[in-house]
Amino acid sequence: MKKNNTLAQRLLAAPHILWSVLFIVAPLAIVVFYAFTDSSFSFSFSNFSKLFNDGTVEVFTLSLAFAFCATCICLVVAYPLAYFISRTSRKTQNTLVMLSMLPMWMNFLLRTYALSFLLEDTGFLNNILASVGIDGVSLINTPGAVIFGMVYNFLPYMILPIHSVISKIDKNVIEAAEDLGCNRLRVIFRVIMPLSLPGIVSGITMVFVPSVSTFYISQQLGPTDFVLIGDVIETYFKSSAASSYHLGSAISLVLMVLIFICMAVMNHFSDDESTGGIIV
Amino acid sequence: MKIGSKLYMALVFLLLYSPIVVLIVFSFNSSNSMAVFEGFSLKWYKELFNNDAAISALLNSLILAFSSAIISTILGTVAAVGIHKMRSKYVKSVVTNVTNIPMMNPDIVTGISMMLLFALCGTLIGFGILGFWTLLIAHITFNIPYVILSVMPKLKQMDPRLPEAAMDLGCTPLQAFFKVEFHEILPGIFSGLLMAFTLSLDDFVISYFCAGNTFQTLPIFIYSQTKKRVTPDMNALCAIIFITILVLLLVRNFATDRQLGKNSRRKARN
Repeated sequence: MKKNNTLAQRLLAAPHILWSVLFIVAPLAIVVFYAFTDSSFSFSFSNFSKLFNDGTVEVFTLSLAFAFCATCICLVVAYPLAYFISRTSRKTQNTLVMLSMLPMWMNFLLRTYALSFLLEDTGFLNNILASVGIDGVSLINTPGAVIFGMVYNFLPYMILPIHSVISKIDKNVIEAAEDLGCNRLRVIFRVIMPLSLPGIVSGITMVFVPSVSTFYISQQLGPTDFVLIGDVIETYFKSSAASSYHLGSAISLVLMVLIFICMAVMNHFSDDESTGGIIV
Repeated sequence: MKIGSKLYMALVFLLLYSPIVVLIVFSFNSSNSMAVFEGFSLKWYKELFNNDAAISALLNSLILAFSSAIISTILGTVAAVGIHKMRSKYVKSVVTNVTNIPMMNPDIVTGISMMLLFALCGTLIGFGILGFWTLLIAHITFNIPYVILSVMPKLKQMDPRLPEAAMDLGCTPLQAFFKVEFHEILPGIFSGLLMAFTLSLDDFVISYFCAGNTFQTLPIFIYSQTKKRVTPDMNALCAIIFITILVLLLVRNFATDRQLGKNSRRKARN
């Protein structure tokens, strides 16, 4: 009876394991295969050597720098907000959390589009600026607009995990710190911040990963010919003129490895095993 | 301090909402100007509803989201139960890590990896297979980890003695599952289903790489419409989507508030 049981139970996960092998492991194996072969499918490192010579490295650095900036700004903006939200009454907290979630449920294409509509040269904001005498500021099509677009799009991903961790901190711990002579600021820096580290870590990953690999935001808000690494990958796979699956795979592989390294480093800082998935 | 914090919150929410609000206001603009509001009209809404491509993209998205959410919920729930019951810690962690790959990976990498798989299969059988089925497979794949993620905590919370008790009382393992475990994990299954549905409806990047020319989802349609130009009927679409989400969230909030009230009342009574 017991033995039958475990066999049946083992089979429960079988469809999922088969699915994962077919549609998660196999596609990644194909990416690796394409990355290490040339156009005649013979083994070579030519894709990677090309990567280092045609300016892709610079694009990589630029993307990482942009994503890093966006993530830092998000953290600096979101942390106080999450903290302030957690100090309101329970009912207000629910409403405020809902308010920060609402833009996140809108498609990021529409959010970016809304932002570009606002920032457009002949758009609403410039019109207002012109009416108070500041003329001809170009807001859109600048590198700054791209960073702003990333911050605007991914800010909720930073607010929610941090808030969910802060709101779960035991009030007694804070009171104990106050009893032991900490002032407000010391409570924040010595007690609340260290305890909210898991939330910060998952917020950082949830903002950094989509920022570094985005391709729509840079096309919509950036200057003409402005490319991030996501745009390069997109061109290699989608444009009929410059398509090269091999080069695209090589770049994707590098991107993936870089991100996994970043995440491993980040997770090292928080011993909590539950990262991500704080959306609902 | 108190006023400072309120002001700060107001500022951040202003930042988050001003583009959307401006867009919604301008969706009622009678001209296609982006700067000056020239008068109220529903012209762009009319244009949107007369746009066959938009309507069919919306229907496609809904069909895809429904089918992928249901299939991934079934697969994911069964998988979560299976993984939960695995004895070997090693196998368990390998399976969980592989499952989480689509969640960790940047969407663009998941997208191109699936595109390569489908392209390879297409070359093998001699014709392109990108279309509804490839999209469905892709969406199920990235939905499953989220379903497992929401079912697993419920399984862990459940008292393992409950199904054992059911079996001691004469249930077969299958009956014990449906009569006991299933009810315990139902909230997790339901939130997994909802999450899968919204993720699938919302996804652009992975769909963009896995869709052929035959099957266009709403995000892909939006992408083709908004690339470097402004079309006022997209403002109307944006407004409609925003209002729909707002209503859904309000309903959900209301429902959970009532649920919380009920639970606390029940607790108070005990």
